[in-house]
Amino acid sequence: MSERGLWQDAWRRLKRNRAAMAGGVLLLVILLAALLLPFVSPYTYYSPDWDHLVQPPRFRGWHFLGTDALGRDLLVRTMWGCRISLLVGIAASLVTVVIGVLWGTTAGYVGGRLDALMMRTVDVLYSVPFIPFVIVLTVLFGRELLLIFVAIGAVSWLDIARIVRGQTLTLKNREFVEAARVAGVGTPAMILRHLVPNLIGIVIIYSTLTIPSVILFEAFLSFLGLGVQSPMTSLGSLVAEGAGRMQSYPHLLLVPAVFLAAIIYAFNYLGDGLRDALDPRDR
Amino acid sequence: MSAPVLEVRNLSVHYRIARAGGGQALLRAVEDVSFSVRRGQTLGIVGESGSGKSSIARALLRLVPAAGGTAQFRGADLLALEGAALQQARRHVQMIFQDPLASLDPRMTVEDIIAEPLRVFARELNTAQRRSAVLAMMERVGLAAEHLTRFPHEFSGGQAQRIGIARALILKPDLVVCDEPLSALDVSIKSQISNLLKDLQRELGLTLLFISHDLAAVRFSCDDVLVLYLGRVMELAPRDVLFATPRHPYTRALLDAVPVPDPAAARARRAALLRGELPSPLAPPSGCVFRTRCPVAEPRCAALSPEARRIGDTEVACHLAAG
Amino acid sequence: MAVPARPALLEVRDLAIEYRTPDGVVRAVRGVDLDVREREFVGIVGESGSGKSQLLLALLGLTSPGAVVSGSIRYGSEELVGAPAAVLNRIRGNRISMVFQDPMTALNPYLAIGTQLTEVLRLHRGFTRAAALARAAELLDAVQITEARRRLRQYPHELSGGMRQRVMIAMALACEPQILLADEPTTALDVTVQAQILELLRELRGRTGTAVVLVTHDLGIVAELADRIAVMYAGRIVEEAPVDTLFAASLHPYTDALKRSIPRIDLALPERMASIPGNPPNPARLPTGCAFAPRCGHRIERCTSELPPLREIAPAHRKACCRDDLPAGPGAPA
Repeated sequence: MSERGLWQDAWRRLKRNRAAMAGGVLLLVILLAALLLPFVSPYTYYSPDWDHLVQPPRFRGWHFLGTDALGRDLLVRTMWGCRISLLVGIAASLVTVVIGVLWGTTAGYVGGRLDALMMRTVDVLYSVPFIPFVIVLTVLFGRELLLIFVAIGAVSWLDIARIVRGQTLTLKNREFVEAARVAGVGTPAMILRHLVPNLIGIVIIYSTLTIPSVILFEAFLSFLGLGVQSPMTSLGSLVAEGAGRMQSYPHLLLVPAVFLAAIIYAFNYLGDGLRDALDPRDR
Repeated sequence: MSAPVLEVRNLSVHYRIARAGGGQALLRAVEDVSFSVRRGQTLGIVGESGSGKSSIARALLRLVPAAGGTAQFRGADLLALEGAALQQARRHVQMIFQDPLASLDPRMTVEDIIAEPLRVFARELNTAQRRSAVLAMMERVGLAAEHLTRFPHEFSGGQAQRIGIARALILKPDLVVCDEPLSALDVSIKSQISNLLKDLQRELGLTLLFISHDLAAVRFSCDDVLVLYLGRVMELAPRDVLFATPRHPYTRALLDAVPVPDPAAARARRAALLRGELPSPLAPPSGCVFRTRCPVAEPRCAALSPEARRIGDTEVACHLAAG
Repeated sequence: MAVPARPALLEVRDLAIEYRTPDGVVRAVRGVDLDVREREFVGIVGESGSGKSQLLLALLGLTSPGAVVSGSIRYGSEELVGAPAAVLNRIRGNRISMVFQDPMTALNPYLAIGTQLTEVLRLHRGFTRAAALARAAELLDAVQITEARRRLRQYPHELSGGMRQRVMIAMALACEPQILLADEPTTALDVTVQAQILELLRELRGRTGTAVVLVTHDLGIVAELADRIAVMYAGRIVEEAPVDTLFAASLHPYTDALKRSIPRIDLALPERMASIPGNPPNPARLPTGCAFAPRCGHRIERCTSELPPLREIAPAHRKACCRDDLPAGPGAPA
């Protein structure tokens, strides 16, 4: 058999999955646009253009996608919105995943009282009402971007922890884990070397599902007025602004909504594709 | 007569099973089993499902707790060790598993898999030293150097088992427990691996515990044979003695049931078949557990559990085994 | 002892089964010709990758949807390859039935045994519920399950492996099929239980005269039961002969090597087990020419370029090997 590294093999598989590649390309395009467009455009996300209030999209010339109620260029604002949403989404998800995986694998593998303690903690945290919690944090610490991370991260890891614990319980009984125990492998090495790599599939797919749900969470917070502070904006804030004027100026809602939907679609398909691609067993 | 590497006395393994309808029941998977294995020899443990043979392997490897008994190994009771002492002992007792592909981490390369015991117990070795130890072992078990970077799913069953064997032997353990090492392999590959195990045993002076339901394979690979039924010892004898003059009715039934690839011999042999089904291990028969299927059972077999008696070189637990 | 030529119930001609996978085309079965005659017991022996199970599944149109089946399977006047579901359903369980390998998974865990047994009877023979139950009890008796009436109400998980397999056999024989197909029926069972099931099969066959096609990797179990044995390797039949001939004087190097690599308890113990070097073939990556050549001790130049056809070299004895000069192998280790 020809030599194939795990990653090369996975990449090959992923390439064959059209939906996943489409999602990946879309994400890449949006990311690049979000990073580069604000530099290219003569407009900023915060300076009002009093001459051109609430302009509809005009695909010729500047103000490509129109302006909002304060005359700020919608394209640039949307790109900034993408930046913030993606940042929050990816960063918060990363933290979420790391905490959730470590928590779940430890609880699942060690079992016994530690498991019970750890999972009861999860249960308790689950029952904390999220919105009041965020409101309290906002009141205490003000509306900081970092706060959004913390708030979202503090809640999202619970799901992953539960899923990972379940998977760990199944993995624990697999023969190769027994073989590693016989070979003398201790708990930390077992978790890091054997369990986590074999959970990658489910962790990846869960992460790629977490990212859109985090972005939506943040959008929800922004919608409620708890998100990033104006003039800084996120897709959620933009949607909130646009929803208010939906009937007269639909582009204000449609533009950010389309981008939001596109990002979520892309992550979902990419996640599915990654999960399939990373399974090392031949079909 | 070489000294015993492993001496097991009165080993019992019990599991608590949740009963449908509430409550718990005690499953006596292994009950009062004693045997010893001499250095450089292979002891075969034979039995069908429910015999407890796998539980014995798992209890010795400390994967499941033993309910009672001792296992003298390297001057200490293997079943009583804890913590650091247990960790140290693991270096000297290793296992070869039944399903070769399942016992290898699908996400690790062959090199990582075989090197893992070295990483745990031989930390002083650097990467290059580890690799050369792995390569040496691979050559011994018949794997090529190019296999180092491959993944388990790229191999056939026989090759995967070779990887498992290399991993088990890389630390040159005193005792290797082989839990049905041939069962998952194709017929033509079984004999390859049987030969390999025998060669390695001779080369490395290994002591093996060979657990199997395949009597013919046991005959080739083992020096002594222990026959189990429902967790109890039925017969223990040197290989040739067991196959030539089986003393226990169950042993005889097992031997008769082995299909013979020779139509004339098969037709000629119309032995009495074992009737009935295996009793539930949750409710073993009183007295001798085999009596419900035994062709020669008597009333006293229900009343009294037979003690192991010595007849020549054989130890047999049967009221009716004659000298 | 030649088997008198009875009419063929099932005629398989040039059967091929292929799968399209991301790694290429997998040819599980590559051109099999086989006849099953009335009252005959045919054993099909092979290791992994031989295609034996796929062959059996194809006989009842049970291959997975991704399989491309070509060739011909004639049952009486019906062509089964590509036949519509209506035709196949009429035959399955009725004229040709099957016993599967794993009794644990082949029975529906949510239905009582009685329900599953009577299903075929009511479906194919139009029995009423009462009549079907009575017949089901008879069938359980026939497969030596005691307390038949009580068993009918039980669920699969309440029975042991051996009993479940008996129930499967009872289900398969319920409609008195002409042909019984068995895919490794005893592989998952203990050796003492296997002996019971094999004895049962022998007895039932003597009584009902059903033709049987039994697929297995174990030459030992067909030695006693089969009239004729076909040895498969890499999707083709490489040798086919009456059972006594196959064991006493086989002519294909694979059959020979296979017989020799089986450990025996009745013969003298060898120093080393005779084994076949190399690994069983990967159906996705078959070599050109004879698939066994890489592992064959008798290979010559021709073997790697030509695919030897299955030829009749003696009455009822066929082999697929280009060499005619090899001695007939008794198979017993020297």
